Amino acid sequence: MAARLKVGAQVLAVALVTGLFALLVWKVASQDEGASRKLQRGETPAAPAFTLDRLDRPGKLSLAAYHGRPVVLNFWASWCVPCKEEAPLLEEVWRKHRGDGLVVVGVDINDLRGDARRFARQNRMSYPLGFDGLGETSTDYGLTGVPETFFVARSGRLVCDRLQAGVHLEANRDRFDECVQEVLSA
Amino acid sequence: MRILLALAASLVLTGPAAAACPTVTDLEGKFICPTCKTTLDQSDAPAARRIKAYLAERVEACASEEQIADELVAQFGPAVLAAPPREGFHWLAWLLPLVGLFGAAAVVSVFVWRWSRTRPVEAAAELNGRLPLDPELERRLDRELARFDGN
Repeated sequence: MAARLKVGAQVLAVALVTGLFALLVWKVASQDEGASRKLQRGETPAAPAFTLDRLDRPGKLSLAAYHGRPVVLNFWASWCVPCKEEAPLLEEVWRKHRGDGLVVVGVDINDLRGDARRFARQNRMSYPLGFDGLGETSTDYGLTGVPETFFVARSGRLVCDRLQAGVHLEANRDRFDECVQEVLSA
Repeated sequence: MRILLALAASLVLTGPAAAACPTVTDLEGKFICPTCKTTLDQSDAPAARRIKAYLAERVEACASEEQIADELVAQFGPAVLAAPPREGFHWLAWLLPLVGLFGAAAVVSVFVWRWSRTRPVEAAAELNGRLPLDPELERRLDRELARFDGN
């Protein structure tokens, strides 16, 4: 009886360890590397979908709603200094190219809603803004911080480049203009 | 006398409310910075600094800890809480470690009990490093030794 109990306990322990190991393998294997990695490898992955609360007005902001239009997708936060500095350039691009169908979409992440609204008002951001307090979209896109900017073609795929840091900076400015042209013509 | 009674009543009424006001230091360890994933008291990230400022504003307004937690969860989701709430499915996070602890204690107790029961027999068996002799063999050995001594 005691021997049978011992064998049973051993089988249970082995099964438990095997199960946990299998769970670990599954988690590692199924972990998405993020759209930005694929983009940096030269692929054009589908832009991860999201539906967020709108920051600038009541309602929802869904990336799918802009399918068929070129999108400049900018991630920002009110506590981020470069985000403030690049906001006028994004607003300028939005105003200049909205007639061509281009949409600038701002996604506010890891932020307080009140701060974000104040920031948007102070920086006169008139383009569509979504609120992602938890920053779930940042995982899908593989963000390493804010600001970061992506370009979504009419097909719904990420194209051109992923610009880390402010798009107004000298290191990014030319590439930003190139990507806006590319996404408009893609 | 009336004034004294009024003062006493006001102290009784305002006392619990004042005691219920949390401090920023109390709260900083209970919330997670959404960018660096550590508690606010261990983080100096811009997002953490901003949330600390928010806590200070709410503490100034004497909002309760539950109220502040609800507000932050509404902004950042439940991941902003350093410890899972004691409700619904989240109870598992509190109970499973206890179940594991008591389970392990029970297993150890059973092993210790069984080991202590078998121990006296083993101890007797290992007396002087020798096994106890069969009575018949022992008698035979005594006879042989007596004969040896007689010689």
